[in-house]
Order: sequence, then C-alpha cells, then structure tokens
Amino acid sequence: MKLKRFEEIIGFTILGFSAIIVILILGTIIVNIISYGSNAISWEFISDFPKDGMTKGGILPTIMGTIFVTIITTLFSIPIGVSAAIYLSEYAKEGMLTRIIRAAIRNLAGVPSIVYGLFGVAIFVQGLGFGSSVLSSGLTLGLLTLPWIIATSEEALKTVPHSYREGSLALGATKWQSIRSNVLPYALPGILTGSILGLSRAAGETAPILFTGVVFFVPGLPDSVFDQFMAMPYHLYILSTQHHAIEQVRSLAYGTALVLITLILIMNFTAIFIRFKLRKKFQM
Amino acid sequence: MFYNFRIIIGALILPAILSTIISCSKNKGDNHSIQIKGSDTEVNLVQRLSEVYMNKYPTVSISVTGGGSGTGIAALINKQTDLANSSRPMKSAEIDQAKAKGVEPVPIIFALDGLAVITHESLSVNSLNINEVAGIFKGNIKNWKSVGGPDLEISMYGRQSNSGTFVYFRDTVLKGDYAPTVRRMNGTAQIVEAVRKDKAAIGYVGIGYVLIDEGKVISEIKIQKLAKDADSQPVSPRESENVKSGAYPLSRPLFQYTNGIPAGEILEFVQFELSREGQELIENEGYYPITDKHMNHNRSLGIIK
Amino acid sequence: MKLKRFKEKTIHFLFFLAGISAIIILLGIFSMLLFNGIKTFKDVSILNFFFSTVWNPSAYHEPSYGILSMLVSTFMVILGSMVIAVPLGIGTAVYITEVAGTRTQEILKPFIEILAAIPSVVIGFLGIIFVGPLIAGIFNLSNGLNAVNGSILLAVMSLPTIISISEDAIRAVPKEYKEASYALGANRWTTLIRVIIPAAISGIVAAIMLGTGRALGETMTVLMVTGNAPAMPHSFFDSIRTMTATIAIELGEVPYGTTHYYAIFAVGTILFLMSLSVNIIAELVTAKYRTQRT
Repeated sequence: MKLKRFEEIIGFTILGFSAIIVILILGTIIVNIISYGSNAISWEFISDFPKDGMTKGGILPTIMGTIFVTIITTLFSIPIGVSAAIYLSEYAKEGMLTRIIRAAIRNLAGVPSIVYGLFGVAIFVQGLGFGSSVLSSGLTLGLLTLPWIIATSEEALKTVPHSYREGSLALGATKWQSIRSNVLPYALPGILTGSILGLSRAAGETAPILFTGVVFFVPGLPDSVFDQFMAMPYHLYILSTQHHAIEQVRSLAYGTALVLITLILIMNFTAIFIRFKLRKKFQM
Repeated sequence: MFYNFRIIIGALILPAILSTIISCSKNKGDNHSIQIKGSDTEVNLVQRLSEVYMNKYPTVSISVTGGGSGTGIAALINKQTDLANSSRPMKSAEIDQAKAKGVEPVPIIFALDGLAVITHESLSVNSLNINEVAGIFKGNIKNWKSVGGPDLEISMYGRQSNSGTFVYFRDTVLKGDYAPTVRRMNGTAQIVEAVRKDKAAIGYVGIGYVLIDEGKVISEIKIQKLAKDADSQPVSPRESENVKSGAYPLSRPLFQYTNGIPAGEILEFVQFELSREGQELIENEGYYPITDKHMNHNRSLGIIK
Repeated sequence: MKLKRFKEKTIHFLFFLAGISAIIILLGIFSMLLFNGIKTFKDVSILNFFFSTVWNPSAYHEPSYGILSMLVSTFMVILGSMVIAVPLGIGTAVYITEVAGTRTQEILKPFIEILAAIPSVVIGFLGIIFVGPLIAGIFNLSNGLNAVNGSILLAVMSLPTIISISEDAIRAVPKEYKEASYALGANRWTTLIRVIIPAAISGIVAAIMLGTGRALGETMTVLMVTGNAPAMPHSFFDSIRTMTATIAIELGEVPYGTTHYYAIFAVGTILFLMSLSVNIIAELVTAKYRTQRT
C-alpha cells in the first residue's frame, strides 16, 4: 500500500513537471522578447518609417501593413464564415451534406499554411490577376482563417437555446427574421470571440503572405488594395535572416517581435474578455 | 428592420462584388512607383541608393525587395518588377523564357563586387586557391587539415539556389554542383552570422556584408586571400584596386535588368546610380564603383551619354 | 407575401452557398495543386521524383527533382518534435484536468492559449538566437542549425494542439468510470493510468495526430533554424530541409510555367495529401471513440 502511495506521488510530480516545463517555455519566450524588445520600443519606433537601410527609425509601415491586410482578411472571412455557420446550425438538416461540410472544415483547418500560399499565388496573384498585393495576401489569409471562423461561430450559435427560435417563429416571424433578431444577437459575443482569435492567428502568419504581396521595403503606406506592403512577421523574418547587418538590427528585430506579440495578445485578451463577460451573462 | 437586413445581405455579397470589381480593374494606375526586386547581395545597396534618391525627389516612390537574383529575374519575366537586381548575368534559357513572354532584358552594370570567402577569425588558414575552395564546396575536401589548417571538419555555408551569388560561385569556382551538405542559408547576413559563431566554418558573401566603415572587417570574421591557382599569389578583395583590375579572382559586376531600354523615372534613377554621387554611395556601402569598361557597356546601351 | 417567400428563399440559398464554401475551397486547393503538380511528370519520371535523393532544380549540369531527402527530413523533424511534445503535452493535459485545482486550471488554460497564439516567425527568431547557440553549446557542435533545433521548435508549436485536444478527451471520460474505480479501492494514480487514460486513448491519439499535422505543415520555424541543406540526413545533428521549407525557398525564384514551378506544386500536392491523411486518421479515431461511447 505504501508503494502505491509512493507511485502516486512520483506520478503526479512528473505530471506537475510537464506542466511546469510548458509554462517555462512560454515564460522564456515572453520574458526574452519583453526584456530585449522593450529597449527598442519608443514612440519613434512605432510612429516612424525605417531609415538608413532599416538600421534606424521605426516600423510604422509594417504595423500599418499588418493591420491593413488583417482588415481585408476580416472583410472576406467573417461574412462568409458566419454565413456558413448559420447555414450549418440553422438551415441545414443533419445528413450526408453536413457531414461532408464538417469534414471539409476540419480538413481545411489542417492544410499547411504554405499550401494556402501556393493556392494564393496560383489563384489570386496569377489566376485573377490581383498581382502581388495587399488584396491577394488578405484573401489568402481569409481562406486560412475561414475554417476556424465557421467552426467557432457554429459553436456559438449552438449555445443559443431552442426556445429563442421557437418563440419568435410562433409569433409569425420568418426563419430569417428569427435568426436575425433572436439568434444572432445572442450568439454575437461567442462569434466575436472566435473570430478575433482566428484573425489574431492570421495577423501573425508569414508563409501565406511570403509570395502573395509582402515586400522587404516600400516607401510610404499602401494606399490601395493593389499595393505591395510591409508586414511585421515578414519584417522580423528579414531582420533576423537577410538584413545586411543582422547584429546591428537585433534590437530592432526584438522590438518588432514585441510589437507583433503585443498586437496579437491584445486581440487575444479582447477575445478572452468578451468570453468572460459572456460567461457572466449566462450565469445570471 | 429593413436596414438591418440590408447590412447583413450586403456583408454577405460584398466579397463577391468586391472581387468582381477588382478583377475588372486589374492594371495598377500608380505611375510614380518603381518596383525593384532581386539579389540579396544588392538589396541593401539599392535600398540605400533609393533612399537617397527619394530624399532628393520626394515625388518618386521606389520599393525594393530581396529574395535573390533568381526571384528578381523570375519577376522580370513575369512582368512583376521594373528593375531586376541580379548578381549574375541572365542565363540563355532565362533570356529565351523572357523573349517568349515578350520581355526584352537589358543588362545594366552599376557596381562591382569582390565576392569574399570568409572563415572564422581564429582559423589558422589565411589564403586559399580557387581549386581548394572548389574542393571544399564540392565536398571533396572535408577537413581543414587538407588545406594546411587544424584537424577540424569543415562546415560549409552557402546561399539558396535563388541567389545569384549561389549561381556565380557555382559557375566560376566550382564548375560543378555543390555538395548537398552545404547549408543553404536564407540570406547573406545569415552566412556571416553563422560563420562568426562557427570556428570550422567557410562561407561566401558579397564584400559589402563584411566590411564596415573605413574598410574594417567585422569582428570574428577573416576574409581569405584567394589565388587563381596553386602557383599564383593570393590576393585580397579588401583593396579596391585588386577587384577593379580583376586580379582578385572573384570580382564580378552587379547587374540590374530592365524590360527594354528604360525610360522616364526608371531611366532617371538608373542614371543617378551611375552618376558620380551614386558611385560614391556604392563605395560607402562597401562595394566598388564600376570601371570605364563597364561604363562603356552602359553607354552602348544608350542609357547614359 | 410572395415577395417575402422569395426573399426567404434567396437568403436560404445564399447561406447554402456560404455553407458549402468549405467543400469548394478544399476541392479547389486540391485540384489546383494536382493540375499544376501533375505537369511535372512530363519531364520528370515518377520513379525519380519519389525515389531520387537529389533535389537540385538549378543544377550546373542536369536539373534533378527527387523528393526522397526532403521526405525523410520532414519525417525526421516530425518524429523528433513528437518525442518531445507528446509526453509533455499529454502530461500537461492530465495535470490540468485531473490534478490541478480549479484555480490552477483557470490560470493554466489562458497560458496554453497564449502559447498557441505566438506567431511561428517569433519562435523561429528565438530558435536562431537562443535555442541554436544553446544546442551548439550543449552538444559541442560548431553550430545549432540542425534537425534537433527544428524538432524543439516544432514541439513548442504543436504543444497547444496536443494539450487542448487531449484535455477535451480526458474531460469526456464519464464520471462513473472514475467513481467505480475509486469504489473498488483504487487510488487516484491507478485510476488515472488504468481507467481514465485508456478510456480517453482514442481522443489522445487524435490529439497526437493533429499535433503531427501542425508540425508537418509548419514552415517558418523550420525554414529559419534547420540550415536547409538539401542532403539526405544521417543524424539529428545534420542540417535538414523539409518540404515546407523547400516550397518557401523556391516558390519566389521560379518563372511561372516551368518544370521547376510545377515541381514545387507537386511537392505541395504531396504535402497536402499527407496532411489530409493525418487529419483523416484523427477523424477515424475520433469517430471510433464516439461510437464506443454510445
């Protein structure tokens, strides 16, 4: 019996250790980036253009580029993604078709991001002739986030109690009226949480934009969707592998990493906050 | 209520409409921007040139991207760039591909580079001949002791196949294929970085990457003197005379390709690069100004007087 | 009234279109890859493509398009990452669900989500400047750009997937199982090892498969830290080049419509099929475990 107790203690300790290691990994990443990155951060860094062959100045165009491309991604993936989720949860009858759709969504989520990049090059850059541009990149990232947005939105729609739909249908509302006025508002926080999380992934992606529109350096900010753009993830890639003075720009690279992570964490915390609020609402 | 409905339907079909409109208006209307793409050896140099140029002429906007000479040439062939930076001449197959697509590549030479073979500072080898360098990168010479160094297995750093330097080095030094064990770094700077940390390393980089102000070599790096063959005197690329005269075996011209003889803003920018001011900037960045021979080549293209 | 019906029908149809978009995109990606990739075999024999170890599209003499080395490299780095991530991930998942108190859980879960949100390029960056020198120091190598570095980073990338999905699987084990085990006098550890984990095993396997898929598809981290030598690797300390890295390196340099261009799409097709298989295995395992439950 003692031996069993001993075994239990050892076992739980090992489990505890694996959790600690995971925390340590995350801790190392965050602490490393913050401690080295914070030296580079200044108002100039986030509000100015790169100067002197990108060894000085700021990263404003990369921040704006990332935001711009994420907006295109949002415009593309949220309407389609949420509509697909509405179809799955409100209109479709469970059967062969919905099973295939769900399998397609799960498989799309597993497609490597570089394959989306290939698709983007073949379809948007060449096929539709958008060239290497914010638009091509935004659409490519939109495809990448679509499965995520459909899946999380459907989850959110499923949490809406049946009585909500039935009540309004009983009052003579059409199906669409009932979805619009009773179902969607209720599911909105859940949809938002999922979408923001999905978009935060897109903002940090590099592989899909590598060949669809991002560039090393452009003067000025993009002023149409057909312009090429600079983006934070690609900028960090350049600064850490291709720049002519890697050592000299290391602190800029850290700074870029910090700003990128901050942007993504802000998006994540917003999502977590919305979810938290939502949970409270349900408890009441 | 109806308003709401329209918003949502609008949001639904917006992407569809957007993409239709967009596909109808393909051509980019922005005339004031010059696109430059290609060689990583040249990217920082050209970016610096364009930065200075844009300060002088603020209405012009120049975007510069790296990716390698192959990337730039592919973009020229695919009509996605105005100027293709290339650290090697275009291959005849590429010229054929370009012509098949209605692109007329024009080779402009705007700078000289002495491709440096670098090792860690602590390595006891100071000079190599071209055959030895070739043997190392082909994988025939595996240990530093074979070339008079310590008993250390050589670790080789090169570029990826999209790099003009990769091709130039292969065609002029190796005259054969690289050993597959050569690490293929993403950029020239990554080679420098790796060699600085690796006592057994050898790598090749554009001279501008290892020289800092006033011709000093960056720390922990040794630039090898190179001899044409076992009987010749080894020569350093650090003296510009050696590179200009061709005494250094790996001196090479750096190219910019245009589609047809350039005109307008592209021509003005190229002329700026070839001007005294441009050439001085090139020297400040660690590369070498072009010789009269190359200037005459450019003159024969009709881009300068 | 008629107008209203028409409106309803139109709306229904639009939602239907959006609904099947996932199928269209998946088929679209596959057919685009196949359509372009298949043209490779006009110039390259299928046998050579799969069994030659030499991938050298811009060769001095004859170009060669053999993917065997990069297939082996890809498998190697996945294997390495799973050796690290599977025990760590499952251990953490079990800890969160079965050992930790509610408060610890509340703290740990967002941590895992944050880890999942860190962009791959940031992890690659730290791989270059932090993990690389560390590996070189520990194993006394001249540099740290090798398969070990890639494996470590891929493990970090796939940990969140493995943790969160195994966690769901463990949580889904009915309470009665646990209670029955306790009633028979088993302690928490025995219950965990003999009852809970076996009951959740198919979910855990699915988690491992999806983690594998994550590692298989990851591009930037491996591109940045594995050295990308296209040789057949002999050990984990060799530099390797995966399929994803090959696509990322070479897609930019090819003129459209050349054999090299098509060969890259052929590599993409293989990669796509591999990730599809991994996902389908995960699906089948999950389906099996659903039917077992009911």
